[in-house]
Amino acid sequence: MSDKDLNKDKLSGPAQPLSENRNAREERDGNASAETSNDFVRRIAEQKYQFGFTTDVHTEVIDRGLNEDVVRLISQKKGEPDWLLQFRLEAFRYWQSQEQPSWGHLRLPDIDYQDISYYADPTARKADGPKTLDDIDPEVMKTFDKLGIPLEERLALSGTAVDAVMDSVSVKTTFKERLSERGIIFCSISEAVREYPDLVRQYLGSVVPYRDNYFAALNSAVFSDGSFVYIPKNTRCPMELSTYFRINARNTGQFERTLIVCDEGSYVSYLEGCTAPMRDENQLHAAIVEIVVLDNAKVKYSTVQNWYPGDSEGRGGVLNLVTKRGHLRGRNSRLSWTQVETGSAITWKYPSCVLSGDGSQAEFYSVAVTNNHQQADTGTKMIHLGRNTRSTIISKGISAGHSENSYRGLVRVGRHADGARNYSSCDSLLFGNLCGAHTFPYMDVQNPTATAEHEATTSKINEDQLLYCNQRGISTEDAVGLIVNGYAKDVLNKLPMEFAVEAQKLLQVSLEGTVG
Amino acid sequence: MLEIHNLHASIAGKEILRGIDLTIRDGEIHALMGTNGAGKSTLSNVIVGHPAYEVTEGSITFNGQDLLQMKTEDRATAGIFMSFQQPVEIPGVSMQQFMRAAVNARRKALGQDELKASDFLRLMREKRKLVEIDSRLVNRSVNEGFSGGEKKRNEIFQMAMLEPTFCILDETDSGLDVDALRIVAEGFNKLRTAETSALVITHYQRLLDYIRPNVVHVLLDGRIVKTGGPELAQEIENRGFDWIKSLTPNPSPNGEGNSRSSSLI
Repeated sequence: MSDKDLNKDKLSGPAQPLSENRNAREERDGNASAETSNDFVRRIAEQKYQFGFTTDVHTEVIDRGLNEDVVRLISQKKGEPDWLLQFRLEAFRYWQSQEQPSWGHLRLPDIDYQDISYYADPTARKADGPKTLDDIDPEVMKTFDKLGIPLEERLALSGTAVDAVMDSVSVKTTFKERLSERGIIFCSISEAVREYPDLVRQYLGSVVPYRDNYFAALNSAVFSDGSFVYIPKNTRCPMELSTYFRINARNTGQFERTLIVCDEGSYVSYLEGCTAPMRDENQLHAAIVEIVVLDNAKVKYSTVQNWYPGDSEGRGGVLNLVTKRGHLRGRNSRLSWTQVETGSAITWKYPSCVLSGDGSQAEFYSVAVTNNHQQADTGTKMIHLGRNTRSTIISKGISAGHSENSYRGLVRVGRHADGARNYSSCDSLLFGNLCGAHTFPYMDVQNPTATAEHEATTSKINEDQLLYCNQRGISTEDAVGLIVNGYAKDVLNKLPMEFAVEAQKLLQVSLEGTVG
Repeated sequence: MLEIHNLHASIAGKEILRGIDLTIRDGEIHALMGTNGAGKSTLSNVIVGHPAYEVTEGSITFNGQDLLQMKTEDRATAGIFMSFQQPVEIPGVSMQQFMRAAVNARRKALGQDELKASDFLRLMREKRKLVEIDSRLVNRSVNEGFSGGEKKRNEIFQMAMLEPTFCILDETDSGLDVDALRIVAEGFNKLRTAETSALVITHYQRLLDYIRPNVVHVLLDGRIVKTGGPELAQEIENRGFDWIKSLTPNPSPNGEGNSRSSSLI
């Protein structure tokens, strides 16, 4: 398939030559005179999603549709070895035999998997991807600058290395060299497949096999980019590692694949951020994140998910269907998931932990906000297999507008997990009378020495608290921000500093206009 | 300063205030006494702009501004402060965060820049000393786990931070032992300037031993039925409210005479 066949985007308009392959901009940009007053009102109403812009950048997009040829094409484009192609094909065949799950407390729209493009490359200007900053399209650089993620190391946040992924391709990974001095590998998964095939082969699919679920199978067949992290033995990673995911191209899905391996006695803190343009149609983000934690190692994984949530009528938005799991393989290993979920039209996500190492400890801290017509079904699974394993679940749901917000969690204690302990606490906070909050806790304890505790509360935003703040001169918007941040404090405290500040602002913005 | 004219207000369709007239001038302290259910707290809630109360008739002006047209937070930044009868807890929000938001909201309304972090902390320290509040309290979440006395003292601390020109003390004495009452009242007195005016709501004389009112009003069934000097509070203490009830059939709900007498004192 050549460039000429690419991007048959019906919204690009007939005037655009096919060979140009420019991403379609928002219709309103293309034809300002056609903007109706309705569009204008909507645009103003949506201003609070400040990451909704699109970037006009030369992007190579393959034809829509999904079949074995597409899987082969993706693999070929990335120059992958045969074992990986076979892995993809097996996953694809399995996916074909499966049906989309319907057990979530979600109204998942029918997804036409043949109407999505599975690969979009905004770096396609150069034959084999960008080598230096000079090779990256300045528009792409500008995009990340605008998102507050400068790709030039001298401008970067101190102490944070970034892998920047736009659509299907990692654009740039910063501080790679400095990290490699300590033997730390931090690069895109595509590069890892080329440079460290043995490591990737050893661990890819070992935590989330492609048969795990429908979306995991889909991802395993068509995954594009994501990050690869390897921390060698007895190494404390000197900086925060982060990946920033950006969806830009229209009618494409993003299939992130991230793999983190933390070897014995090591530590890493990893952050993930996500945004996407505002579009009327849904966009699919089906990711897999796998984490392997060996003896006495510790991984801290934080997410601030701010995909475009759709407009106030529920049009558009990202479908965030994600499988994240960590395997605490080593003795006394530790893994902590922290997530702040404010975006996406639909979130289907259960960052989980398999605690097989004796004495391993896992934590899940979550704040999930839904507003307007957003739906979230999110939680975790804690699978205790080793002895004296411990897990903690703190979930804070916040629902507003017409949204539906569910916590779904499983705590399973296996027969041999003597002395396993779990503590779960799930709180829901409601704004108004039209939203829903649901809790689905599952427990399966097969060992008599185990203890599992579950606490849950549901409350409405307290009018007396609002009055108290108002009487001190604090506006209702600011008061909601204060109260909600106080409510979510136990989770926000777990985020690294810069992230926590961003997350606090995000919570307030997400709930603007929900009271009074 | 504050002028209330023929104020009628109801909650959930039930009329509580039935024609209040009251004028409080700069520097004046008015005590409002009355039995439970007389409408004392309703009056204070209506002044600060509690959304549950509906004003059906009448007016309130504050320094010439139509208060009823203003949002609750705008009334606050204009200089009105209420010490709540039951201050709420706001879990997870530190007193520091809370006060910073409040102080900066006030400054913004006055057209001033936000206070720098270091200046803000200095202000917190100064005011904390002034009202003898423990540093442990200001480092905790707003009112969370505070005793009744600590909550009331915290209200006075907030008043010190915000420097209002008109204060409502809504049964600040309820639930306080004698020592706590003295500390809270003395705190208030320290903060008073010649311009500060206040409406002190209480059942008992004892708070008025510390905060000396210029005028005392008695509220019954949503109307001010009697207005006098400080001696009126003492008389109520001695003879009870029944004495007032028997004294005033009060056929005129208008009450205009009362407010006039109040401003004469």
